[in-house]
Amino acid sequence: MPTYEVVIGLEVHAELITQSKMFCACSADFFGAPPNTHVCPVCLAMPGALPVINREAVAQTIRAGLALNCTIAEDVRFERKNYTYPDLPKGYQITQYELPQAVNGWLEIDTPDGSKRIRITRAHLEEDTGKLVHENGVSLVDYNRAGVPLLEIVSEPDMRSIDEVNEYLTRLRQLLIYIGASTGDLEKGAMRMEANVSLRPAGSQELGTKVEIKNLNSFRAVRNALAYEIARQEKVLREGGQVEQVTLGWLEHEGRTYVQRTKEEAHDYRYFPEPDLPPLHIDRAWVEELAAGLPELPRARRQRFVEQYGLSRKDADILTAERAVADYFDALVAAVGDAMPPKKVANWVMGDLFRLVNESGLPISGIPVTPAKFAELLKLLAAKTINANTASQVLKTMFRTGEDAGAIVEREGLAQVSDEAALERLVDRLLAEHPDEVARYRAGKTQLFGWFVGQVMRETRGKANPGVVKKLLEGRLAEHGQDE
Amino acid sequence: MSDLPRTIHETRQWLRSGQITSVELTEAYLERIQQVEPQVHAYLHVAADAALAQARLADERRAAGEDTPLLGVPLAIKDVINVLGMPATAASRILEGFMPPYEATVAHKLREQGAVFLGKANTDEFAMGWSTENSAYGATHNPWALDRTPGGSSGGPAAAVAAGEAPAALGTDTGGSVRQPASWTNTVGMRPTYGRVSRYGVIAFASSLDQVGPITRDVRDNAILLEAIAGHDPHDGTTFPDPVPPYSQMLEGGVKGLRLGLPREYLTEDMHPGVREATQEAVRVLRDLGAVVEEASLPYTDYGMPVYYLIATAEASANLARYDGVRYGYSAGAADLQENYKLTRGRGFGPEVKRRILLGAYALSAGYYDAYYLKAQKVRTLIRADFDAAFQRFDALVAPVAPIPPFRIGEAPTDPVALYLLDVLTLPSALAGAPGISVPAGFVEEDGEQLPVGIQFIGRPLDEATLYRIASAFERATGYGERAPTDAAM
Ligand SMILES: [Zn+2]
Repeated sequence: MPTYEVVIGLEVHAELITQSKMFCACSADFFGAPPNTHVCPVCLAMPGALPVINREAVAQTIRAGLALNCTIAEDVRFERKNYTYPDLPKGYQITQYELPQAVNGWLEIDTPDGSKRIRITRAHLEEDTGKLVHENGVSLVDYNRAGVPLLEIVSEPDMRSIDEVNEYLTRLRQLLIYIGASTGDLEKGAMRMEANVSLRPAGSQELGTKVEIKNLNSFRAVRNALAYEIARQEKVLREGGQVEQVTLGWLEHEGRTYVQRTKEEAHDYRYFPEPDLPPLHIDRAWVEELAAGLPELPRARRQRFVEQYGLSRKDADILTAERAVADYFDALVAAVGDAMPPKKVANWVMGDLFRLVNESGLPISGIPVTPAKFAELLKLLAAKTINANTASQVLKTMFRTGEDAGAIVEREGLAQVSDEAALERLVDRLLAEHPDEVARYRAGKTQLFGWFVGQVMRETRGKANPGVVKKLLEGRLAEHGQDE
Repeated sequence: MSDLPRTIHETRQWLRSGQITSVELTEAYLERIQQVEPQVHAYLHVAADAALAQARLADERRAAGEDTPLLGVPLAIKDVINVLGMPATAASRILEGFMPPYEATVAHKLREQGAVFLGKANTDEFAMGWSTENSAYGATHNPWALDRTPGGSSGGPAAAVAAGEAPAALGTDTGGSVRQPASWTNTVGMRPTYGRVSRYGVIAFASSLDQVGPITRDVRDNAILLEAIAGHDPHDGTTFPDPVPPYSQMLEGGVKGLRLGLPREYLTEDMHPGVREATQEAVRVLRDLGAVVEEASLPYTDYGMPVYYLIATAEASANLARYDGVRYGYSAGAADLQENYKLTRGRGFGPEVKRRILLGAYALSAGYYDAYYLKAQKVRTLIRADFDAAFQRFDALVAPVAPIPPFRIGEAPTDPVALYLLDVLTLPSALAGAPGISVPAGFVEEDGEQLPVGIQFIGRPLDEATLYRIASAFERATGYGERAPTDAAM
């Protein structure tokens, strides 16, 4: 039995973040708006209406192209893609066909065998369609989405597993959110996927017949549809059959694909240059300006966190997953300075802080504990003014009230007791009060050591410097032992 | 008509001196329209109430001290240009009763300047034709010979101006649709440089060719009207940012020393002898005025017709896809979507429109695109180069407008290709994006009828000023345009 290799390529449509639609002044922020309230003569294709290019959308496309390591075309042209459907008001979609904005790039992903580059064939700008709503046996059209700028990112068939597909989508989404090109909000339809998949005998260099799966609106749908389709194709091939070149749709609730059209039924879109829009010449200086304005990208940032902060790649990955988190961490480390190693700071962020952020539901950029405030707390800890336990409690209070760490520590008298003489008296009293435990400890039940520490901490309401307490206890318990 | 001012600039004198008010003037035109419309049918919609309201407003503005060239001046607007409060049908069943929710930039500009819109003038359906016979609402008749066509597609606006139903009008020219009807109605028609006038709100036929242009009784009026509508429009990415020169103040320079080229390819074998004579006579006049007229050559002229019909129909096939019965206009009301598309478009479009949609879709389809559409674009570049080369030598070109005088309604050549040859003399300059103006150049007699003939001047892109200067000199020397058709005919 031959084993098969899976070959997958993806087309991702991402709605771009812009003030207005691609070719008119209507607000592009239409989600949740009553039907047909974000419309005008242009996006409704009224007779005589003309498109005008939204420079902001072009800028976003160039930024995405740069982030995907693409070559940015200097001469770009919009074309008309002709087909008939009620959600397409003009009867054609304006898109970049022959001269796309960005070509020949790549996106790096993680695989069990290390980093892998997925080549990007092209990234181009086009306009979204309206939306059909089926209700009580009739179909209605909402044109709020019609003309919203859409970035189409086409990959080469470089993915070899569903895991790689998932990783590619995750990294692509992360990148687009990072650079502020898209919200990446799948639930609001801000990203829509199409996959092409074929199988070939392992080791073969030729590509098998590919099948396209359309209308995939979540990463889960992509995974499920691909799993279904890979199994189907494998069965066909194992039984000696041939895979047909078709376009499939995916029925999420039924968990199966269905044939949308066969090769013979393929559309002839009759593309031709859009005469209503002059060809676009992209000024080099503008591209450079946009490149300079890009933030540090997630992969570079992750690498820097490993090298500069000495974090593990896993921790660096977590801390760079979202730009706002990475920004927070960078600011925090800078504010903490030499007081505490970044690795330790990272543990505080990924532990206590993440827990509080998750519970609050706030974005990290909106929490009351700013990096400066958090840094003050960590410095108190580093200076042994408070211990870890106290720091954890203070952080909670800070998160709730927005107060400074110092103020809380002072008001509640939480400064750590490091006064050896005071602690020594306390330890002596404790040991005197618990002769049985002391005896058992001496008899070899050394696990009781923790219990003694706990007692001291309880007496001091957690403020005792654990290092000092340990040292004293070790000394005293040993002394008693020698006395016997 | 002797009781009304003949031109826009005369109208302004009357209005400014208080000899007449805009309301009185508008009433007089509405009366005139009522009188001759049954014979001419220049209008698809007469907006009496709206026009009078605009006129009242204009009189108020004048009373408040305003005095701009178009304040209170009535105009006819071709029915492919959206005007608020008036239907916009493009003379098609598919837009029957359609009220546009917004106004074309040109109409808006005129409204701001105080012009009064009398109504919407007839055209071939979606401006596709030579005679207005393709209008779904009946052909317009030529005021000079009522059994004949005024030309097209801007036949309605041209006939309205010629018949005294409006002092001036706006038409559109895709391949000759302003110049040819102007030449057939003894009026002045300008096709501006592509990109000089906004197309926003102008129902599209062929996007890379459509231009709005004025049809007037004299050259000065034409310059006044173009000045009023030209200029950059943020709603139309194909408009030029260049400032609009004060054309109406640039008419006096004369033609002395100007070099004019007479393209040898434009004097075709099958040209009507009367048209040829009028052209030769015009050349004589221009030489007398001191112009240097020499033979020019535009070698790719013969390709103008096929190139135009491939590009214009390709663009039209997409431009007209929006008429699907979903959002506005006529809908057949079939329950099934595909069926509704078929019935709506099948019933809504006339035969010429369907022919062009099919031709255009074919030229763009897989396997034919390279041979037709792409090839046509390449040849269009060569045609443009023809003109660029000619304008190296000449300040402007002089040429006949249409090879024949207006034909009788119903007697158009039956072979579409022969019919398409009617605008061979106006297509190439439209493809080149160059401006062209048609000016009255006399009359030819056919079957006892005096039929107007025009001459056109074609200029460098954005050099409308030179065309107006030549046209004005020619007009002053000849005075053909002052003749009006006799009312007896109407
Ligand atoms: Zn809009």
